[in-house]
Amino acid sequence: MSTITKKEARDGIFPSSDVMLDLKDLKKVYPTPKGDYVVLEDLNLQIKKEEFVTIIGHSGCGKTTMLSMIAGLNPISGGSISVLSKHIKGPGPDRGVIFQSPSLMPWMTSLQNVMLGVNQVFPDATKKEREDVAKYYLQKVGLEDAFYKKASELSQGMQQRVGIARAFAIKPKVLLLDEPFGMLDSLTRGELQDILIEIWNKEKITAVMITHDVDEAIFLADRVVMMTSGPSAKIGDVLDINFERPRTRKSVLEHDDYYTYRKHLIDFLEH
Amino acid sequence: MKASLTLGKVTNFLGLGFFITLKDLFTGKLEKEEFKNFLRKTIVPLVSILLFIGLWHLGAKSLYNIEAKFKIEKALQDQGQVAADALKTCMVSGESSCQPNTLPSPSQVWNSFQSLLRDHNIISADKAAFIEKTAAMNEKRVAAGKAAIVYTGRPSFVDQVFTSLQTVFAGFLLALLIAVPLGIFIGLSPNLKSAFNWFIQIFKPVSPVVWYLLVFMIVKTLLIGSTEDSSFTISFISVGLCSMWATLVNTAMGVSTVDKDYINVAKVLKLGTFQKIFKVVLPSSLPLIFTGLKITLSVAWMVLIAIELLAQSPGLGLFVWEEFQNGANDSNAKIIVAMFAIGIIGFLLDRLMLMIQNWVSFDKTDAI
Repeated sequence: MSTITKKEARDGIFPSSDVMLDLKDLKKVYPTPKGDYVVLEDLNLQIKKEEFVTIIGHSGCGKTTMLSMIAGLNPISGGSISVLSKHIKGPGPDRGVIFQSPSLMPWMTSLQNVMLGVNQVFPDATKKEREDVAKYYLQKVGLEDAFYKKASELSQGMQQRVGIARAFAIKPKVLLLDEPFGMLDSLTRGELQDILIEIWNKEKITAVMITHDVDEAIFLADRVVMMTSGPSAKIGDVLDINFERPRTRKSVLEHDDYYTYRKHLIDFLEH
Repeated sequence: MKASLTLGKVTNFLGLGFFITLKDLFTGKLEKEEFKNFLRKTIVPLVSILLFIGLWHLGAKSLYNIEAKFKIEKALQDQGQVAADALKTCMVSGESSCQPNTLPSPSQVWNSFQSLLRDHNIISADKAAFIEKTAAMNEKRVAAGKAAIVYTGRPSFVDQVFTSLQTVFAGFLLALLIAVPLGIFIGLSPNLKSAFNWFIQIFKPVSPVVWYLLVFMIVKTLLIGSTEDSSFTISFISVGLCSMWATLVNTAMGVSTVDKDYINVAKVLKLGTFQKIFKVVLPSSLPLIFTGLKITLSVAWMVLIAIELLAQSPGLGLFVWEEFQNGANDSNAKIIVAMFAIGIIGFLLDRLMLMIQNWVSFDKTDAI
């Protein structure tokens, strides 16, 4: 197994002007009656501009904790997180989140759900302009016929499409995805992966995505980050995926390196 | 959302689905499998109603016999054989003055109901005639700056029902205006929650009678020197205070338990406080708020009778009390008529709330 994962090796591997997201000595501790429980410790990770990184690891290792700390929804116990060299302070629309459950407001239409964020980010634009932005992204995710449908009337897959549109429409600097397709059946999951990667190819927003699915991790990512099991989880290994973009599922599956990558990840997870 | 209103939709909404099966039965559209459903939804309730009336009739009859036997024996002991025989013939003849006073039978109640309706027709005709007669005079009086003459005759049973409904709606509105905003604040702020918690726990179980007395003490002093009749004010405030607790508790709970996902979305999008409350927190707690309002309305209707009775404020409660005091031979039957009126109106109010809840709520499966 490769050993380039030590802190010294990861630090400063990119020129600092290229770094979008920087996690330094990140630590998360939950106090319990029996003493502190350390979820994450000495976690160091740098993510480049326009990079798509997937994070893979066993359940309960602290992946979601890390992502919600980046989103600003979970306080940091030690170390720092910065976006474009600026420390983050709480949540904000510069980091868009696609949650595991679609988390749409069920009493709003899909358009209203997307507009909720757009209104917030572009307060100076006219209503028409804001609506055009929301509609553009809803079209991109294939919901041009469902602008005025209540979110509660949409299927789980359709709801997650609205979730994707909502996240892209606020034009974040970083996109955080917390197992967004984990609750979907495999057919819908494939469809949504295609939609996600299609929009991403166009927008090139730096993305960090948690997944359980090894194939998904390889198909979408420029790098796959493997986390060790907790407690005190850290980065265990990093795998560069050198497929050219834009990719298709077929070209990826037929690529000679695909099974090498796959084996590498599965070896890590079964280790 | 545009939905065409059909008979089926409306009746289902009101929980009166059996009407539609009845309609299908007459138009011959009923399928064989639906017949079982029809049996259960229409025939079974009808049979149970008939059974209830039958049991009531038998019960009333045996109570009547007990009371009659006791009366005759008493007459025999106190006044001798002649008086007892006279009483017996009087009872058999159906003469109203010597009837035993007990639970009225279904037919007596039905007759009282009809006589109350006749009474209503007479009174409203009288009122209309009065208004017609005084119209010209009132015009002059108003022109001269004097107060118009108003009808001050006895209210009919139907008038009493409407007065009661007014009191309940005024009380309900008061409860809504106090409990919903207060519940929102309590739900949003843990500090306010602990400040108000003891207050809610102590005042929630207080009985309507005590609320009435409390409101009476305060309103009496506030309206000192005023010649206005304060009984309506006192009774609707008491009704409101009695019934608001369910809404207060439910609103606070709904607001404080909004799905964490929604709150996270609001945080990520950096919604302002105002937007967060009106776009996320309130809509998501609407189902719980409405459950509270539904309980509030039914409690308001239930305590109304007791409070009207105490406050001597016109309405069904006062009607029941006056009939009880009156002790005329059909008073008991009229009380039972009032009981059914109260029950049926309470049921209709509940349905009305359910309808509004279904209409505003996003989660169509939630309403019961």
